[in-house]
Amino acid sequence: MIITRPRDWERILRNLDEVHARKVFIMGCGQCATVVHTGGEEEILEAKARLEQEGHEVTGWAVGEVACHSGGTRLETRRNSGSIEEADAVLVLSCGAGVQTVADATSKPVFPGLESVFLGNVVRHGIYEERCQMCGDCVLDLTAGICPVTTCPKGLLNGPCGGMWGGMCEVLTNRECTHVRIQRRLAEQGRVTAHGIVPPKDFSAKLKPGSVNLREGRERGRKRAGSTGEAGR
Amino acid sequence: MSRLRDALERGEFVVTGEVAPPLGTDMSAMKRSVEVLGPVTHALNVTDNQGATLHLSSLAASRAVLEAGFEPIFQQTCRDRNRLALQSDLLAAATLGLENVLIVTGDDPRGGDHPQAKGVFDLDSTQLIEIATGMNEGRDMLGREMAGGTGFYIGAAAFPEAEPFDIQSARAIRKIEAGARFFQTQATMDIERFAEAVEAWRPYGVKVIAGILLLKSPRVIDFINTRLAGLMVPDELAERVRGAGDPFEESVQLAIEQVRAVREIADGVHIMPLGADDAVVRILEGAGLA
Repeated sequence: MIITRPRDWERILRNLDEVHARKVFIMGCGQCATVVHTGGEEEILEAKARLEQEGHEVTGWAVGEVACHSGGTRLETRRNSGSIEEADAVLVLSCGAGVQTVADATSKPVFPGLESVFLGNVVRHGIYEERCQMCGDCVLDLTAGICPVTTCPKGLLNGPCGGMWGGMCEVLTNRECTHVRIQRRLAEQGRVTAHGIVPPKDFSAKLKPGSVNLREGRERGRKRAGSTGEAGR
Repeated sequence: MSRLRDALERGEFVVTGEVAPPLGTDMSAMKRSVEVLGPVTHALNVTDNQGATLHLSSLAASRAVLEAGFEPIFQQTCRDRNRLALQSDLLAAATLGLENVLIVTGDDPRGGDHPQAKGVFDLDSTQLIEIATGMNEGRDMLGREMAGGTGFYIGAAAFPEAEPFDIQSARAIRKIEAGARFFQTQATMDIERFAEAVEAWRPYGVKVIAGILLLKSPRVIDFINTRLAGLMVPDELAERVRGAGDPFEESVQLAIEQVRAVREIADGVHIMPLGADDAVVRILEGAGLA
């Protein structure tokens, strides 16, 4: 899940001021931001009250099904076109992906209402931890299912570093050292721990901006099928 | 040839010290340290943004040590540079006549004076040691032949008293396999555990230089125990310094005893006087090394 947290309100208000926006439309997200309690109905109503308290008028609000989904968000903005048209700006309570999708779907100035922080594991309801950075070059096969790239503060592949003490992390001193956990689990599972030196990571596997197109092959396939059909006719 | 390498390979017990480059361009204080420590040591470590705090680069400061007539150990951390910069700086170091390099991971930026900085850690120290070994053979990390290689005596940090030892030791052994020829260790507190670590590593052909830290005041002990990663002063030693009429004198005596004790076990000592450079000469004299 994408973990978001509230953004500094002063900055949001400054953003609105910069475009002289008195009337605001608020868009939330029915996925991650709803579950994390940063961009669901409840939080939107809180934001609405806050904006009204600051002298803004909220022309309307909506919680789209998935803010980062282009088609769905376009539909949601069409559904609310009247109140969005009436507004001077749109405030989006979702991750940055959702903010950009909304910004593409309307010609109004769109501002982020949240900070996007990480891809999170739900440890317990309300407790989220970052376990994966989506690096595109997974090492979990070598590291007993514990990611050092993400959970070692230095992202070392060959650890532990010299700051490890009593099995604990140097940087996050209340947490066990990731490399100690990895080596212990490997040993418990009877897996060879001395797999030599893990080579430098391929950071080109995660060059910005990421892009995957599963349709490319399929569309080519369809076209081929189509042309065959045509030739048959 | 590196005097440090020469002495270690001949089986001579070596002494290393360390100097810190300034925050700024005035190297006079560092040079005063060099004048005090240089004559009584085989080589001097020149730290690289130590503690993740801003200082003049180890590259330029190492060259200054060399020009002062002494032998530097150029320290390079993986924290501040990516693989292009690290390799480039190693090449630069070689052309500047630096023969010893100590490759370390580096402290995390969030513990330093620029906590907003991005910690690079593109490579870790084990990987960089392996790359430096390749550069000594004339190749870059891609395996390409370079127009002239390096000739470094490559060192690494080691942590004899860290627990769990088997895990920390396995990493030390990987560093040796990557090409580390000497270790400079974290401050030695427990001689027996230090001896066990040396016994575990020596068969792999590495020289071990024991870290000796001057526990010069109760405040320093508190700082180590609360702020410094990867080290704790055992109660017994802490009480000895804290309870002494003159804690500084007691710490010098303690350091002399530690140097004498590790002399039977290690290949050398690395003395960290925390600014009390004059004490280094007294420690070495007291231990019969100067």
